[in-house]
Formats: sequence, structure tokens, C-alpha cells
Amino acid sequence: MEDSKKEMLVAAIENGTVIDHIASEKLFEVVSILNLAHSSSEITIGNNLKSEKQGAKGIIKIADTYFAPDEINRIALVAPNAVLNIIKDYKVVEKRKIEIPDHVIDIIRCFNPKCITNHEPMQTRFDVIDKQKMIVKCHYCESVMEQNQIKIK
Amino acid sequence: MNAKSLVSITDYSKEKILRILDAAAEFEARPNRETLKGKVVATLFFEPSTRTRLSFETAINRLGGRVIGFSDAANTSTSKGETLHDTIMMVSNYADLIVMRHPLDGAARYASEVSSLPIINAGDGSNQHPTQTLLDLYSIYKTQGTLENLNIYMVGDLKYGRTVHSLLMAMSHFHPTFTFIAPSELEMPEQYKIFCWENGIEYREKRDLDELGEADILYMTRVQRERFQDLMEYERVKDVYCLKNSMLDGTKDTLRILHPLPRVGEIDMDVDANEKAYYFQQAKNGLYVRQAVISDALGMLED
Repeated sequence: MEDSKKEMLVAAIENGTVIDHIASEKLFEVVSILNLAHSSSEITIGNNLKSEKQGAKGIIKIADTYFAPDEINRIALVAPNAVLNIIKDYKVVEKRKIEIPDHVIDIIRCFNPKCITNHEPMQTRFDVIDKQKMIVKCHYCESVMEQNQIKIK
Repeated sequence: MNAKSLVSITDYSKEKILRILDAAAEFEARPNRETLKGKVVATLFFEPSTRTRLSFETAINRLGGRVIGFSDAANTSTSKGETLHDTIMMVSNYADLIVMRHPLDGAARYASEVSSLPIINAGDGSNQHPTQTLLDLYSIYKTQGTLENLNIYMVGDLKYGRTVHSLLMAMSHFHPTFTFIAPSELEMPEQYKIFCWENGIEYREKRDLDELGEADILYMTRVQRERFQDLMEYERVKDVYCLKNSMLDGTKDTLRILHPLPRVGEIDMDVDANEKAYYFQQAKNGLYVRQAVISDALGMLED
């Protein structure tokens, strides 16, 4: 059984999306990737919450908003363990894992200072070459980056 | 992207590589043609590289084509802050093919996405230089009669040397056995060893440049001083990785020594007279390979 307090925390919006199990240090990157600063929905953000699974976690609740898979999978790079709770009428009607995409377009920045993407006004593009370890390869300069080197654009 | 572009050696399949090498042999037999008559090729050198530019421009001229372009971005609108995107768009209005060299990694891939013309990458930063790889392959093919089942020894800077990485990828089609000889600072990067392992390619690693008896190809590279944090180590390594004529005693008659040039001290001048020294002919082979690549990019080699 899930902790009932946590269930309450998750279900405390009437309709919308709760993104749970975000690593605390990545919470604000998720906020940025989803462009929540420019959202007019009611948003509740919790961070450094205790979690049995991962120590400290972050959680984001967005009222009256549902994300398309393409949209939400963008956060896979920084929050591969995140769980999506779809809330309808105060109930969790669906739980979804984040899916790691094959390609990551214009979300992260290449760590190679000599990469063309850091000098031209252009989109970045990475191929995910290892989904377990989150290793990506720049489509342009062909540099390989590991998860701890990934920076949001 | 134009499907005829050559940005990275991995854009070419094994069959395509062999077709290009066969075409190169035909151009070597008869280099002067008129097949590019009426065509304009732009050679855009955003950073200077006299050797590569002259080789490309000679290839174009020997095929009867015309050349426009620049040899240094200092005199172009790039120095006024024009984006690569805009320069490529502008040139695409004028030419039939773009050959480009650029100091930034990935520039050629980007240009190939921006332009409707085929792009030939003549070097993008420290990333790719596929015509160098093709001329290495052609040199191996020509001197050994085959690319299959060869013992390839790679020597020197295996960490930063893009030519050895591209050569490794290209040779992977042909069941090679590799010997990597490098100081610990300049070892073959892990990703390429994993690549070998995944593709069932045998390799071994050595520190010393000796026991060359099995080698079919000795691929020498430049060990650059600026790669070392410890200059004492550089001084030691520099001498260890210098090939001298006496070290070739007991090697195969068919052994050939390649080097992408320019050399600094890795090959003693006393090797030059040895018939196993092939690095100057190797550079010349670049002309025929580039004739083949240019002809292919313009749809003039049958598929």
C-alpha cells in the first residue's frame, strides 16, 4: 500500500497532472523544460520531500493540464525516473512512466565548446545511444555526453 | 539533406567505399577529363588548409570544372558576423556543389541540412575529414591489393587523432586486426575499443614501437607537444615514437608506412628512401579519391 499522506499530496488537485519522483536537484530543470514559468495554470511545486525510493524528491502539480507524450518525454534526460499521475476528479486515473526518446531535439546544449550548435542560432539534436545510462551523442559534432554532463539549453 | 553529400565516413556503406576506390583507380589511370564542363564548384575554406584546398581544386580542374570560393574566412562576410547558415544559402544560389572546411565541429553536417546542394566535408574542426580517410583506404587498397584481413598498426596520438578514428571505423567493414601503439596519455579512447569489441574486431594495445613483423600497414601520426601536461613525458615519448629505418629490419616486404602528414619527428628522414615508405604517394592519392568523390556527389558515377 502507498503511504496515505503521499496519496493525498499527489491527489490534491481536482484535475490535471502530477509529476512525481523527480530528483530534487533536477526539479527546476524540469520546470524549465516544460516552460512552466509561462503557464497560467495553478501550479504547486514541492521539493526536498522525503522519498523511500530516492532520498529527496521533487513533485510538480499542474491543474487542468495534460501533456502529450512528446511533450512530457522531453524531461526524460533530467528525470528518467519521474512518474506521471493523471488526475481526474481527485483520483489518479492513470500512472505513466517517462519514456526516453530516441532523439532529443533542442532541449540540451552540447558540452563541446567547439560544436557548431554553440555558435550558430540553430536547434541542437542528440541521438540517445544508451537509454539505461542516458548517454547521448551530438548529431553535429558527434561528441558523446554522459548523464552528468547534460545541461539544459 | 542532399543524399549525395559526404559529411562523415560513416555516411558511406562498404559497397559505396569500394565503388569510390574503384573509381579512384580509373581517375588515376586517366586523370584529365571534361566531365565537369559547365559545372561550378564552391570551395569554402573558413579556415586555411593549403594542402587540402589545392588537392580539391586540382581535382575539379582536372575534371574540367570551374572553382569559386575563398581560402580564408578573414576576407569574407563571416568576419562581419554573417552566420554559416546565411553564407551557405548565398553560395547555394551560385554553385552546383560545395566543398567546405570549417574550424567548428559539426559545421559540415549543419551546412548539409541547410543547403539543397551536395556538401563535401573537407574537415570540420577536430571531427571528420572523410576524404582523408578515403585516401588512406585507397592507399591501403592499392599497396596491399585488398582491404580484407589486414594487420593495421596505428602509432602515436590515438586519443585526439581524428584520422585514426575515422580509419578505424572505415576499416571495420573489412575484418582487420588492429595494434594500437600509444603512450598512456594518448591511448585509443574507450568508445572505439568498445566499437571494436561490439563488431568482433581483434585489437591489442602496446606501449612500445617494436615487434613490427606482422604488420601490413604502419599508420604513423604526429605526437603533438601541446597534448602533454608533463613536458618530461613528452620528451621521453617523442623519441620512443620515432620510426627509424633500422626498425624496419625483419618486417614484411609488403609492409607500407602511412602518415597523414605533415610529419614532425615521428618518421626519421632515413626511412624516406626505403621502398616501404609510402606517405608521399599517399598524399598524391588524395587527388584521385577526391575526383571520385566529387564525381559521385554530382551524380556522375553510376550507382
